[in-house]
Amino acid sequence: MHVPDGFIDAPTSAVTGVVAAGAVAVSLRGARRELDERTAPLAGLVAAFIFAVQMLNFPVAAGTSGHLLGGALAAILVGPCTGVLCVSVVLLMQGILFADGGLTALGVNITDMAIVTTVVAYAVFRALVKVLPRKRRSVTVASFVAALVSVPAAAVAFTLIYAIGGTTDVSLGKVATAMVGVHVLIGIGEAVITALTVGAVVAVRPDLVYGARDLQQRLKLRVNGELVDAPAAQPVPVTARSHRKLWITGLVTSLVLAGFVSFYASADPDGLEKVAHDKGIDKKAEEHAAADSPLADYGVKDVSDARLSGGLAGVIGVGVTVVAGSAVFWAVRRRRDQDVSPANTGV
Amino acid sequence: MGAGHAHRLYRHGHSPVHALPPHTKLAAVFAFVVVVVSTPREAMWAFALYAVLLAFVAYHARVPAGFLLKRLLIEVPFVTFAVLMPFVAEGERVDVLGLSLSVSGLWGAWNVLAKGTLGVAASVLLASTTELRELLLGLQRLKLPPLLVQIASFMIRYGDVITGEMRRMRIARESRGFEAKGVRHWGVLAKSAGALFIRSYERGERVHLAMVSRGYAGSMPVIDEVTASRAEWSSALALPFAALVVCLLGWTL
Repeated sequence: MHVPDGFIDAPTSAVTGVVAAGAVAVSLRGARRELDERTAPLAGLVAAFIFAVQMLNFPVAAGTSGHLLGGALAAILVGPCTGVLCVSVVLLMQGILFADGGLTALGVNITDMAIVTTVVAYAVFRALVKVLPRKRRSVTVASFVAALVSVPAAAVAFTLIYAIGGTTDVSLGKVATAMVGVHVLIGIGEAVITALTVGAVVAVRPDLVYGARDLQQRLKLRVNGELVDAPAAQPVPVTARSHRKLWITGLVTSLVLAGFVSFYASADPDGLEKVAHDKGIDKKAEEHAAADSPLADYGVKDVSDARLSGGLAGVIGVGVTVVAGSAVFWAVRRRRDQDVSPANTGV
Repeated sequence: MGAGHAHRLYRHGHSPVHALPPHTKLAAVFAFVVVVVSTPREAMWAFALYAVLLAFVAYHARVPAGFLLKRLLIEVPFVTFAVLMPFVAEGERVDVLGLSLSVSGLWGAWNVLAKGTLGVAASVLLASTTELRELLLGLQRLKLPPLLVQIASFMIRYGDVITGEMRRMRIARESRGFEAKGVRHWGVLAKSAGALFIRSYERGERVHLAMVSRGYAGSMPVIDEVTASRAEWSSALALPFAALVVCLLGWTL
């Protein structure tokens, strides 16, 4: 999914570059909060881990194999900000060293694979962990769903970027179907592997899983044969916690709302996409001449069009809202950081 | 960790291109790629000239053509995508060898192939003439946030260690008769990935403690500051400027 140079036009690449730089700047501050002064070595080692685990091949069947993309895994294991940083660094190094992904497309690649994947995965994960019972198994389930959603979300983000600045005029409906279709399949593999991996880590070192911090059992002491809560050793930073909870709850609510609203609002685009689809379907015969390529997997087309494009619109809404939510979050944080100045209150 | 400290992408040499300060090379490659991407795709000759420019640089860097071409293989997935494009794109169609192809799709495929290949070739030239550590210093010099550069340097430094650890785990699995055949074996592989994460994270904690005990306080000391003279800048930027001239010609002609 690494986008090469020339695939997205120069202005759009520049804009996504600015978006990526902004998000990385926010994550740099956020990572300091997640890891304090240990940021550099720990994030570096986690980035090395992501880099290595992308090389771990998971055989699917008869010769074919897939590998992990790692955005969701990073978000759940080390937190969203550090996750964005790690995946961005991996992409940067892949671009410069291995020429994997174009240098001008770095902004597109980071926005798409580092930011959207990680943020969507973490938002879904937190929401599910809140809803599901407080057990280890629900962490695994939540990471399954988070990874499952995150990969198609990245595909949708790519389709959006392509719609704005694509240099070829393959119809949008086709790109969307191909990208989302293929990535739904990839997402299933990603989800299974992410869930199994998170499950393995939770079983051994639950304290290392950032997403499962709330699930830590309180220390109990057996006093005279009765279990009593041990006195809290360190005071929990209450304000920071509540802020984050507030942010995540708000973000998730707006995500769900946006998903539903755009689902209902998309009656007209639905029709448009349907036309594009109908046009695309009659050319299918030719495509099959080159059916052994990864993009030829149009089998998902059998899903009824309306449902697909409805879900698509929903996830697009989710993407937009994630950006908006991050902006709000950033504004709130800025205000908190420099609460002395009253100028920042009018957000 | 028995390997040398230069990564395998780097090609040791003493050419004028090797000797340039890293940040000038980074800036030159980046500017070159930007110029290439903003060239109109109809100016086919311009891309040929860009290729000639890169070949000139490769000749001066004494990077053999075979090495360069082998490294270009990384873009094969996108080549397949580009080959598919004339079949699926919209617009008027032409018949080529009995196949009905879209004209705009052909242009699109050409666009991606030409620009993508030139971009990859430029990056490959950069990576094969610049040592890793220099590259990171260059990034820092180009005002990338120091924390990001530190993370990148730790990733590079320990990338081989973690990959080696993964390789040893694979050898351990295989020497016990395990062979991953399909989805049923994902559990085992995922447990390996989990173990790898724990090992990486714990190594990170140890590395941090080792750094703190050596006086680390949040920033790495820069001991080998790189500077570039005006002559070095101008020889590095000769490439993007030549490309810019070609690009402007491409827009006007």
